[in-house]
Amino acid sequence: MKTKIFKQNPIYRKGDFVLGILSLTTLVLFSVFSSCSNDETQTVANFNELVMQDEFDTDGALNTAIWDYEIGTGENGWGNNELQYYTNRSENVTVQNGILIITAKKESFEGASYTSARIVTKGEQAYGRYEARIRLPYGQGIWPAFWLLGADCGPAVVWPQCGEIDIMEYRGQEPTTIHGSVHGNGFSGGNAITKSYTLENDRFDTGFHVFGIEWGPEYINFYVDDVLYNQITPADVPGEWVFDHPFKIIINLAVGGSFVGNPNSETVFPQTMLVDYVRVYKQ
Amino acid sequence: MKNRKYIYLKNSFILGLFFVASVSCEREVSDEVEFATLPKTGEIFTDAPIGLGSNFYFPFEGSKATAWTVDENEGYKSNASMRFDVPNADDLGGNFAGAIFRIDGGGRDLTEFDALTFWAKASQGVSIGEMGFGTDFGENKYQVTKSGISLSTNWVKYIIPIPDASKLFEERGMFWYSAGTQNTGSFGYTFWIDELKFEKLGTIAQPHPAILGGVDKVQQTFTGTNITIDGTQTFNLGSGINQTVSVAPSYFTFSSTNVDVARVSELGIVSIVGSGTAKITATLDGVKAKGSLTVESSGGFELAPIPTRNPSNVISIFSDTYNNVPVDFFNGYWEPFQTTKSADFVAEGNHILNYTDFNFVGNQFSNPTVDASQKSNLHINMYIPGEVPANMDFLITIVDFGHDKADGGGDDTRQQVFFDKAKWVPNTWITLEFPITMTNKNNIGLIIYENINFSSLKNFYLDNIYFYSE
Repeated sequence: MKTKIFKQNPIYRKGDFVLGILSLTTLVLFSVFSSCSNDETQTVANFNELVMQDEFDTDGALNTAIWDYEIGTGENGWGNNELQYYTNRSENVTVQNGILIITAKKESFEGASYTSARIVTKGEQAYGRYEARIRLPYGQGIWPAFWLLGADCGPAVVWPQCGEIDIMEYRGQEPTTIHGSVHGNGFSGGNAITKSYTLENDRFDTGFHVFGIEWGPEYINFYVDDVLYNQITPADVPGEWVFDHPFKIIINLAVGGSFVGNPNSETVFPQTMLVDYVRVYKQ
Repeated sequence: MKNRKYIYLKNSFILGLFFVASVSCEREVSDEVEFATLPKTGEIFTDAPIGLGSNFYFPFEGSKATAWTVDENEGYKSNASMRFDVPNADDLGGNFAGAIFRIDGGGRDLTEFDALTFWAKASQGVSIGEMGFGTDFGENKYQVTKSGISLSTNWVKYIIPIPDASKLFEERGMFWYSAGTQNTGSFGYTFWIDELKFEKLGTIAQPHPAILGGVDKVQQTFTGTNITIDGTQTFNLGSGINQTVSVAPSYFTFSSTNVDVARVSELGIVSIVGSGTAKITATLDGVKAKGSLTVESSGGFELAPIPTRNPSNVISIFSDTYNNVPVDFFNGYWEPFQTTKSADFVAEGNHILNYTDFNFVGNQFSNPTVDASQKSNLHINMYIPGEVPANMDFLITIVDFGHDKADGGGDDTRQQVFFDKAKWVPNTWITLEFPITMTNKNNIGLIIYENINFSSLKNFYLDNIYFYSE
């Protein structure tokens, strides 16, 4: 797998976006990117127009103007032998104190042994900057994700032809590491183009971290907090580049499944994934 | 003990000064005042001992005092490490290796660290009995123990998390270990430790403290009894592994729902002070510990009747009245079928055997065996707290070990005596007495107590176990 590593100065910090989002971010992005302009292999663009955001500032149920719930077990555990049944109950998905809380519980429900939640945006977009600030859960068999799926995925355009961009995937048994990946024909599932990012002297389940991508016609940049750790371009994928059409955002907390293995006796339930915000920008 | 007490006195003296200073209100602390600060050094051994002073190695009693050396030829990415030569089990100079590393001088401030870490390897794959820190041969107030550390023949980094670093503001017990040959067929081996230090890893997270093994335990008890509470702390390490260490009670903050019934000291000792029910719970660094102890105190404890037989007519196994013969054990923890645990206690200076989770248990006394050929009877006092189970059915077996004076060997003989429920009154000492009718009774080595016919007796006390003649 070809990957490029860019070590840069701090780019994205939460405080930048609170007030005067456009001007501040433009300033920050401009200063940082101009400092990197010598690097001719790097393709960059400024995604500074905020087009969708959920700050989860209203306690209670999810804002269904933005999100849909995905209910049930999908086909074959959402294609991954996952063990949970996704619900829209407040026990599994709620907004409290400015935070979206997705809770995985160990309970018998509709034939499944666990419950949790999975939400997907109503809106869709091609390209842009997508980021979320999340505190992750932990434990063997816990599999949270913040990802994009081709909006055309369905019977007509089957996965992985419709494309998948995993901004953040995480195995609860590896609390210091997340993974950023793309899937398409010829590079899906276990053969996805992926890169891992590991925190030094910290972990993902003890505090919030920002997970994001910058996605343009010829590239997808992956970052965590202020570290850009990977760029994937058409030259990196051994198949068709299927990332030039609108995608939807999915946030879910899976239990078990091929990627993580199943929970064991030491896995503590319930587990919670806390989302402070989700923001989408375009150029 | 003395060291600790001295330190407390000093601290209260300093507090006193503060008080005086703040009450007077008119003068601020002079700029020239310097507050004593303790070293925040994390390193204990890198290529040589760091800041331990000259007299810091204190072997455990009975251990091989010379087990520890500095090896100038081995090391993790260096040429020096600590070498521990665990002796053979038949070494007359000590049949295991074990010691504490205690700073010769004042303690360190370890509050900014989250783990003790080191690199280690051994001359063969071996599980080291115990390692930890916080042992100072004083109160050992903040002792931490990691059991069963599996060493391989290559260097591996090990992490022993600190349960609550805020407690370690003045700690002298930097490291301790205890290693035997139980798992190596009594043969010695060597292990090396290098880069031993306290670190701030930042990846020690998700604390799950527990007391009493995480179980909600209920115990019948009496005024004047003391019960010790043990605890553990479990962290999820950066590797994703859950690491559990045994921690001294002083790391916990205990509370009692009824201090007129039970109180807990900071050393984790529950004192029963009255009759009634109290639930003891604990927190560790603000996190509620799993497990609890509910004590049901029936007030003052009724002791077993004090034996009055002439000592010259008695061979005593367990009593406070007579001199007892040597006993191998009062609970053999026979695997794999025995569930019985021991919770022996002292009431008003009188020792009582207490069996819990009972199915069967034995008292063995084979060194030497008891010659009861001149004794006609066996005497036992027994007490069942709470209810006597409706299906109570009890068997006592006396085993004579025969000529080989050892359990088994084909020459053992037994006498079995059955007792039915009618014998017992709840919460009362009753006397079980019966004649010894077995032919061979000059090498008695074992008394076995057991539930039979699905009897559900779980908890009882024994006292005054002795053979006698009239």
